[in-house]
Amino acid sequence: MLEVNSLEVRYGAIRAVHDVSLTLAEGELVTLLGANGAGKSSTLLAIAGALRANGRILLEGQDVTSWSPERMVRNGVVMVPETRDVFPDLTVLENLRLGGYVRRSDQAGLAEDRERIFELFPRLKERGDQPGGTLSGGEQQMLVIARAMMSRPRLLLLDEPSLGLAPTIVDQIFEMIVELKRSGLTILLVEQNASKALEVADRAYVMRLGRVAAEGTAADIAAASDLKAIYLGG
Amino acid sequence: MTMFIQFLIDVLSLGGAYALMALGLVIVFGILKLVNFAYGELIMVAGYTMYMVSGLGLPWLVMAGIAVIMAIMAGIATDYVAFRPVRAKSVTAVLITSFAFSTLLQNAAQLFISPRPRTVPLPEIFSATVEIAGVITPARNLITIAAAVTLLAFFAFIMKRSILGIAMRAAATHFTMTRMLGVPANLIISSAFAISGFFAGVVSLLWIGRIGTVVPGIGLEPLLIAFIATVIGGMRSLQGAVLGGFLLAFIDTGLNYSLPQELLKFRDAFTFSLVILILLWRPQGLMRGPATGQRT
Repeated sequence: MLEVNSLEVRYGAIRAVHDVSLTLAEGELVTLLGANGAGKSSTLLAIAGALRANGRILLEGQDVTSWSPERMVRNGVVMVPETRDVFPDLTVLENLRLGGYVRRSDQAGLAEDRERIFELFPRLKERGDQPGGTLSGGEQQMLVIARAMMSRPRLLLLDEPSLGLAPTIVDQIFEMIVELKRSGLTILLVEQNASKALEVADRAYVMRLGRVAAEGTAADIAAASDLKAIYLGG
Repeated sequence: MTMFIQFLIDVLSLGGAYALMALGLVIVFGILKLVNFAYGELIMVAGYTMYMVSGLGLPWLVMAGIAVIMAIMAGIATDYVAFRPVRAKSVTAVLITSFAFSTLLQNAAQLFISPRPRTVPLPEIFSATVEIAGVITPARNLITIAAAVTLLAFFAFIMKRSILGIAMRAAATHFTMTRMLGVPANLIISSAFAISGFFAGVVSLLWIGRIGTVVPGIGLEPLLIAFIATVIGGMRSLQGAVLGGFLLAFIDTGLNYSLPQELLKFRDAFTFSLVILILLWRPQGLMRGPATGQRT
């Protein structure tokens, strides 16, 4: 479904990502691991169209390297950034409504999806009319994932969904990710919580200093404990 | 009592006009985090459009409609000419191009029309007076209040209910995130400039209604007023701009009523002193708006 070839991302003179190549098959959950500053987020942002990059990004065989973020969303690729970026003064419902922007003519479908999201996250329903900024960290994470889902993506790019959340909340978030995968969604998950990510993923890439240092099935990567020690900090 | 009603009408009509001016400026600032210095010229464009179509024998409302449409188009043109080509490059460049576009439009008006005032058609009702509760006031003040209330309510409704309005509010806090949900950047920015032009057009009709003529520099004072109102109210907040407009009108009118005759010519000095005091007390403006300094 997605093929990334020799991706390179620069911030001015600094190269954050050198020569990263990865693939995702339809319905797969692939995780991208690595220490802070390894270039994981930059890779994700480049795929989402939010950062300019060299190399080639193919979405179902089509070259999408120079596409804008809005065009990527129209074509089924949506990203949830680690910064979470809830619109703080928009209510929960308005946040969700904006998530469905690309499907705004399909009101019936949007209403249906919203109900399904509320079943999955009753908390969001309770807080429908509250400004997004008043939610707790965990609720905000649920909101941004739910908001991304409103566009009915085929590929979801998730950046550090567990960042700064309490362990019980992290468990909930991961349960939801598994749920989303089960529904047929293709997911590329960036995580620092490597053991958690490897539990749910099919395959994994390990990045180090802007390059792919290792790749394999989640089980293989999890078994290679030396990799863990070196790249994941334990 | 009569005095109070008179004062109230004056504050509300002046404040309504100021609030519309301020909204036109802040809608663009909110999204681009840049002041559009060519904003005053949108007001000028509407004024000269009125002057130019005055010979066609159209009903006044039709002429007014054409003037507002021209202001909207001039607003969108500002985006295309002064902002879009340099937007991604540097703040300084955009500041200078917006100044340049402002000067260009003013000079074009001087060169092709005239540096001297030109008469603009006004409907008769603008010069009529009405009496409410023993107070005699120009009908134009009441029209201004009605126009401001209607437009503010309509604008609030659009921003709250339409998907584009929600997207514009979102873009004012996290522009890139809004794009990452599929909202095209250029649509948001052009819409902001179009709304800015719309407010400028309406303000122009109301503003010129006080004087009856248009000159190339007509936009300077409204630009200044809008700028001060948004600074007092809080540059990041639409409600703040409206509040700032009414507060500034309250200060201006209050000084008009209370200053002795010989000090009245220094009114602006008193106004600005009060503005400075407000800013010393609340440097962020009265309404803070969502906390983000992210530029687009």
